[in-house]
Amino acid sequence: MSGYLSGLIGILGINIIFAYSIYVTAATGQLNLGGAGFQAIGAYSCAVLSEMFGLSIPFLLLLSTIIGATVGFLIAFPILRTRGVYMVLATFAFAEIVAGVILNSDSLGGPTGLVLSDYIETDVIIWSTIGVVVFCFYLMSTRIGLAMRAVHDDEAVADLLGVNRRAVQVGAFAIGGALAGLSGGLYALYFGFVEAQYFNAFLSIFVLLYVLIGGTQTAWGALIGASFFTLVPELLRMGDDWRFFIFGVIIVVMMIWRPEGMVTRQAIDRITLKLFPVVRRHG
Amino acid sequence: MVFTQQLVNGLMLGSIYISVAVAFTLTIGILNFLNFTIPALYMLAGMVGWSVSYYGLPFGLSEPLGWAPSLLVGITCSVLASLLVERFTYRYFKIKHGDSTEHAIPLVSSLGFLLIFEYAILGAHGSETRGFHTPFTDLNWRFADLVISIPQVTSLILSLCIVVGLSFMLKKTRIGRALRATAESPDTATLMGVEVRKIVPIVFVLTGLLCGLAGSIFAVNYSEVSPYMGDHVGTKAIAAMVIGGLGSVWGAIAGGLIVGISETFSIHFFGASSAQITVWGLLLVLLIFRPNGLFGHNAIGKGKF
Repeated sequence: MSGYLSGLIGILGINIIFAYSIYVTAATGQLNLGGAGFQAIGAYSCAVLSEMFGLSIPFLLLLSTIIGATVGFLIAFPILRTRGVYMVLATFAFAEIVAGVILNSDSLGGPTGLVLSDYIETDVIIWSTIGVVVFCFYLMSTRIGLAMRAVHDDEAVADLLGVNRRAVQVGAFAIGGALAGLSGGLYALYFGFVEAQYFNAFLSIFVLLYVLIGGTQTAWGALIGASFFTLVPELLRMGDDWRFFIFGVIIVVMMIWRPEGMVTRQAIDRITLKLFPVVRRHG
Repeated sequence: MVFTQQLVNGLMLGSIYISVAVAFTLTIGILNFLNFTIPALYMLAGMVGWSVSYYGLPFGLSEPLGWAPSLLVGITCSVLASLLVERFTYRYFKIKHGDSTEHAIPLVSSLGFLLIFEYAILGAHGSETRGFHTPFTDLNWRFADLVISIPQVTSLILSLCIVVGLSFMLKKTRIGRALRATAESPDTATLMGVEVRKIVPIVFVLTGLLCGLAGSIFAVNYSEVSPYMGDHVGTKAIAAMVIGGLGSVWGAIAGGLIVGISETFSIHFFGASSAQITVWGLLLVLLIFRPNGLFGHNAIGKGKF
């Protein structure tokens, strides 16, 4: 594999895992505009643990996942007190605070960042990505996934029908935190360097856009959205500024053309019906 | 004395946040739409103003203009850009899906416009900070040790006048009544004879005007503009709006001043990069205890995403 290709696959895998972390909360109807904060926590805990204790790589990734999950679980309680726009901005505030704390603490390297001595090859990212994608597809096919969809569609009705709404929402935040932590750990180990400036507001916005443009109805959305928006800019390969300009145009056109995202339940049903005319999908 | 000076600086900074926060709060209060293009509109006024004062109007229409006409062109540009956003985000979806439009859709679309405007300017003019020259850079009042710059006082008064005028307009005039009716319920407003389709562009014109004025005030006060100037002010203005409570004009004023003052104080006491923690920490703590902000209406901004 050429260096360019493996680098592209590495960042693609990290972006897909990151997109799924936002997808899980979005599938329960909560927009998380603080993705960069969760990823930063994973990346920095991986970097610090690696330098201080010299742990092995699987253990490092496991720990950054667990730390991400814990933070997601804990932050869910104050954030779930707010609703709608307030919730979007509360998660945004969380990410800004994380970035601010990192920038201001010398032990975390402040603005200069941290260098890691451990590193991983692309295949670790490939396997983690496959694992995460399979996990998310499985999760959405279980009763928990059904409960998540119910909460997304109508909280009050889901509550009336006996779905433990709060548990589903908090659980979604915890799973989202775990996946963001994992993607952060992979990022830190793959690039061997973390700096607070990378985890900025635009990263949070972009990852939310991956998910919303991919579509939140099915687990395909995050995969397709993240792949589309990582690979298409590579194909466009022009001046950096005009690349993002076209990205913006694509977003506006996409919202006019497919407001529910690229992949919708309806679209999947239509494709399955075309491919397997006899098999009927339920739901 | 240092304390008073910081308080004055905070009030000046806050006055810029106020106009932008009012723009945010108007669109969210009346249309229930978090308009993320606002930072870009603010930046457009400054950058277009600079480019007209540096190169002159496009296509060789004129020589480089003076600062005031340039800024006027800049403000016109942000109003036009705002109407463009209205056409392709808000109006389009309302026609297609009516009141049941999912709130996330115009929001995402406006994020797309944010990228378009910002990177169009970046592609055209590069990312450097540009000096914007005005005849009054050194006009200051001095009381004992206190330094107050006259352009800044003027801009504080100007933005307060705009906001007071705006809330008078919302309260007393026909258009204001129509706007408030639309905010309550677009469908009922239509039944009562309000032409909602003609009212909505007014909100966007006001948004463009407020952002354009704030951007021009910034360019005059700090004598510099850059393609990134909207990001900082935009995020701080969002914080100001949330602290004040969505949809409340007076809340936006209080929030703007609170954010401005806490930012200057935290920079003074804890160093430049601490402002981020102070402002957003304040917001998060406030939201935990008062999920509606200080003066927020109970029903605004709570819609499902």
